[in-house]
Amino acid sequence: MATVFKKTDMLTEVPFHYCPGCTHGIAHRLVAEVLDEMGCQNNVVGVAPVGCAVFAYNYFNCDMQQASHGRAPAVASAIKRVAPQNIVFAYQGDGDLASIGMAEIVHSASRGDNITVVFINNAIYGMTGGQMAPTTLIGQTSTTCPGGRCAAQNGNPIRVCEMLATLDGPAYIERVSLADVPSIRKAKKALQKAFNCQKEGKGFTLIEMLSSCPTNWKMTPEQALDYTKNEMQQIFPLGVFKEVK
Amino acid sequence: MKKLMKGNEAIAEAAVRGGCRAFFGYPITPQNEIPEYMSWRQFEVGGAFVQAESEVAAINMVYGAAGAGARAMTSSSSPGISLKQEGISYICGAELPCVIVNMVRCGPGLGGIQPAQSDYFQSVKGGGHGDYRMLVYGPASVQEAVDIMYTAFDKADKYRMPVMILGDGMLGQIMEAVELPEMVDVASLPKKEWATTGEGHGATRRIINSLYIQPDALEEVNNRLFSRYKELADKEVMVEEYMVSDAEIIITGYGTVGRVAKSAVNQLREKGIKAGLIRPVTLFPFPAAAYERAASQDNVKQFLCVELSMGQMVEDVRLSVNGKKPVKFFGRSGGNVVTPDDIVSVVMNEVK
Repeated sequence: MATVFKKTDMLTEVPFHYCPGCTHGIAHRLVAEVLDEMGCQNNVVGVAPVGCAVFAYNYFNCDMQQASHGRAPAVASAIKRVAPQNIVFAYQGDGDLASIGMAEIVHSASRGDNITVVFINNAIYGMTGGQMAPTTLIGQTSTTCPGGRCAAQNGNPIRVCEMLATLDGPAYIERVSLADVPSIRKAKKALQKAFNCQKEGKGFTLIEMLSSCPTNWKMTPEQALDYTKNEMQQIFPLGVFKEVK
Repeated sequence: MKKLMKGNEAIAEAAVRGGCRAFFGYPITPQNEIPEYMSWRQFEVGGAFVQAESEVAAINMVYGAAGAGARAMTSSSSPGISLKQEGISYICGAELPCVIVNMVRCGPGLGGIQPAQSDYFQSVKGGGHGDYRMLVYGPASVQEAVDIMYTAFDKADKYRMPVMILGDGMLGQIMEAVELPEMVDVASLPKKEWATTGEGHGATRRIINSLYIQPDALEEVNNRLFSRYKELADKEVMVEEYMVSDAEIIITGYGTVGRVAKSAVNQLREKGIKAGLIRPVTLFPFPAAAYERAASQDNVKQFLCVELSMGQMVEDVRLSVNGKKPVKFFGRSGGNVVTPDDIVSVVMNEVK
């Protein structure tokens, strides 16, 4: 009988620890499938963040390093520099990348480090129990803005793709969503583009994925997907922000 | 043939000759000559150099490069080393070899840019969070720094831990004639099976990590680290003992001060005072046995510990002497440096 579908070889057999309805699993699958299809089984190193995806090193079936909070781009940059023949990716959440690690992501992008960053934006600190993130929407509640995020009190959400696109170093920057099947297909294409840019030595690439966190948003998975589409996409519009031909 | 070199540049060249092929730094006085030198020297030898966005980024780049198997290094000075402490803790937890140079300046806070030894505690007692130590050297001359730097990567690789070279502004800035060692053939170094070189897949994949959620697993890591520290104490202690056998007073100090103290010992001997010197070269492991031996000698009446700090190493000296003889302390801080005459006058006026 012909095989019509199989799990990608670039994921291990370890079951994901992610909550029901969380889109990290989809993001992992997409990254792994793209690496698999590119034939990267023996020339890739991934960097896991601090946050919900800290255990990514258990899931990606390749050499992995776990970085301290926010420093994944610095770690990935060094890994790439000492072995440029490898595909190197960092996988980071919004607290990791856009709060504590803002300096590292900006300077990695500015240097044009030839790495790919997968940025999971779910507008909340998931692992620590739902605190306000740098990308939390105005009005969105969290355990540290229980009355809803208020600009005067808590500042405003940060648009990472738009900001990094002002720099000269990045080769490709796109924001995608994981909220429905057509979006997921587009997200995979964006990853393919980013990893191919890296393979061609074009420089820094980042794919931001709007993701849902039903547990900490206190929603059902379906409500959370709707929130991603109807609320998050208003503040974080999808699209390509930088593309070097 | 000997070459006249500034301490910082000699250390950088010795690192390259010892196999350093990845350097990540950030400007801070008084160690700037090290990243400046590395910026062109790594290019010449096909290594990696990044002037990082911060000391925090630089130490995490060391983590990445060391995890990928390269001989990686950073250098900084006291406030910058404080910033690196979290990264150093991760490097120790992940059991990665690397070299860290600290050209100490005076503190606390922004302090000043003059020489000091006030980073002893943060160098030998851990510095960052968690239970860990490093192999720490306190060289007293540019030649000694070169010799230590040259083999530092071998030690780091052997014990899978960071090696710290604890200098001070004076060691970094002084110019002395040095004999440089031969270039190590990096390609001939043993392969690091644990390194994330990119080939790992399935059963062969490698993970560089310091997260252990299960208490027993983490305790096992801590036990493994501490068994290595015990091995360091057995095999790696280095100490200079000078005129100790008939000494009545033992002067002790490390690094630059150790050198000044040796001159003071000679001056005191000329005055008929039986002084001796114990100069630790390794600060961790601490040469406790040298102090224990001296403290047990009937002729030794007391110890004087001299430091460019308010008194840090003196605590380890007292632990080693263990109450057998009095241990006095003389220190200068704020960037003031002691002279041989200062030590002689302390001995003549206060100690004797």
